[in-house]
Amino acid sequence: MTGSIVDSTGAPAPVADFLHEVLAATPIATRLELCIQCGTCGGSCPSAADMDHTPRTIFAMVRAGLRDQVLHSNTPWMCVACQTCTVRCPQEIRIPDVMSTLKALADEARLAPSTTAPAFSRTFVGNIHRFGRSYEVGLVALHYLRHYPLRLPAMMPAGVSMLTSGRMGFGVHRIRQMHQLTAILDRAAALETGR
Amino acid sequence: MTSLLYYPGCSMSGSGRAYAASLTAVCTELGLDLEEIDDWNCCGAFEYFALSQVRAYALVSRNLALAEKQGDGSRTVVAPCSACYLNLAKTDHDLRENPGLRALVDDALAAGGLQYQPGSVEVRHLFEVLVREVGIEEIGRHVTHPLAGLRVAPYLGCLVTRPDYDHRWPLREHPLEFDRLLSSLGAEVVDFPLRTACCGGHMTQISPDTGFDLIRRLLDAAVRAEADMLVTVCPMCQMNVDVYQAELNHHFKTDYRMPILFFTQLMGLAFGESPASLEIGHEVVSARHALGKIGVVVPEEAETEGAPGHVPPRRPKKPTGLPMPSMPGPQEVRR
Repeated sequence: MTGSIVDSTGAPAPVADFLHEVLAATPIATRLELCIQCGTCGGSCPSAADMDHTPRTIFAMVRAGLRDQVLHSNTPWMCVACQTCTVRCPQEIRIPDVMSTLKALADEARLAPSTTAPAFSRTFVGNIHRFGRSYEVGLVALHYLRHYPLRLPAMMPAGVSMLTSGRMGFGVHRIRQMHQLTAILDRAAALETGR
Repeated sequence: MTSLLYYPGCSMSGSGRAYAASLTAVCTELGLDLEEIDDWNCCGAFEYFALSQVRAYALVSRNLALAEKQGDGSRTVVAPCSACYLNLAKTDHDLRENPGLRALVDDALAAGGLQYQPGSVEVRHLFEVLVREVGIEEIGRHVTHPLAGLRVAPYLGCLVTRPDYDHRWPLREHPLEFDRLLSSLGAEVVDFPLRTACCGGHMTQISPDTGFDLIRRLLDAAVRAEADMLVTVCPMCQMNVDVYQAELNHHFKTDYRMPILFFTQLMGLAFGESPASLEIGHEVVSARHALGKIGVVVPEEAETEGAPGHVPPRRPKKPTGLPMPSMPGPQEVRR
């Protein structure tokens, strides 16, 4: 991949390997390599206050090759993917997609900061693998019991209200062609490993 | 009768069932025939893309392939959930733009005996279909019971106009179509600058402090604008603002009681449908008091004694001071 990034004169610019790793791990062109460090993303971000580095800083760290620090940061997990930065970025970088890649790399490297986010994703995806659909009640109940048992009392009235108004669908719907979906996802997993 | 392929999304049979009921009533009235995509699967929300993007694209592509196969007569796929809409639109767009991704997805779909030609379906959000395809004027012509006197905050949320892969929205941050649609129903639309702000999505699950603060901003803006309710086009936004409001009040020691209804519920009311048929009364923070203002009676049995929304909402005191982002202000009653 060396040479895919050029400086203003068109000559290959030296880049840290981690940037290449991030670009290669993303199946679409995110244009991350074109970041001009203007900071519009962080200034637009509704959850920037809760991030330990703003998106701009994270992209600088990616370029500097600070792999462990980036993957250990909570920044990608705090991204709410509201796409505000995407439409404001002068370089049209697909920032939430970069954050998805960083999450996947952090999870794989077991560097994700102590957060319940990867666990939530896994529970959610587990339901898809079982049923082909999301199962709200099981998902939220399991997640609360595992990670937020102390939040349950404050949530009880809302839970009761949803229960009695029929907003909790207890019947899990399983798609008919589950074997087809499984075959597709298994093949995709094999292809992803081979990339 | 215009025929459209319909991708309901998982929440429509659970937390968003009032959306499902009301959009069916509204589409019937407007002559839109929704044909559900047979055996559709989950769009993966955020969660699948966070773990594995290639598998997530393959997951979404199965829906597009099923739609392409089923869609004789229509190639428009309409999704009422903003997150589902984004994932379907994003996948179709990215398959068109990234040959490498397309090769991987083609290979994965083939393992399930499916194929998809990128661009062969057109993914649209229900809101966009209603304001563009049917048209706000036409919707106005169906109004028999104008919502005069109801003050509504038009909360469109993030993903309908952003990132807008197909360039359908000239104003991505302050689109006015939702304001105009609600005005055409006779409602009084308040000035709500957070119309495309974020509800936090899954943050209520994984980082409650972050999620609650984003929801609090919405509630605060609605209270400041003296809105009777928020109106949404997304089941995720509805759930965050409605279901988590009690826990948020507990967290911030506030006393918000701001109902949030689906725009299709208000359209249905304006078209003369009964509140019960639109499943009004199933929200946690009750809209009864707000709708009572305009003479709409929500049936009593639809509500639960003791639910947090059961207490009639109080009109908050007028805010004082500059309209700046702030900590919980004087309009919030401290316990």
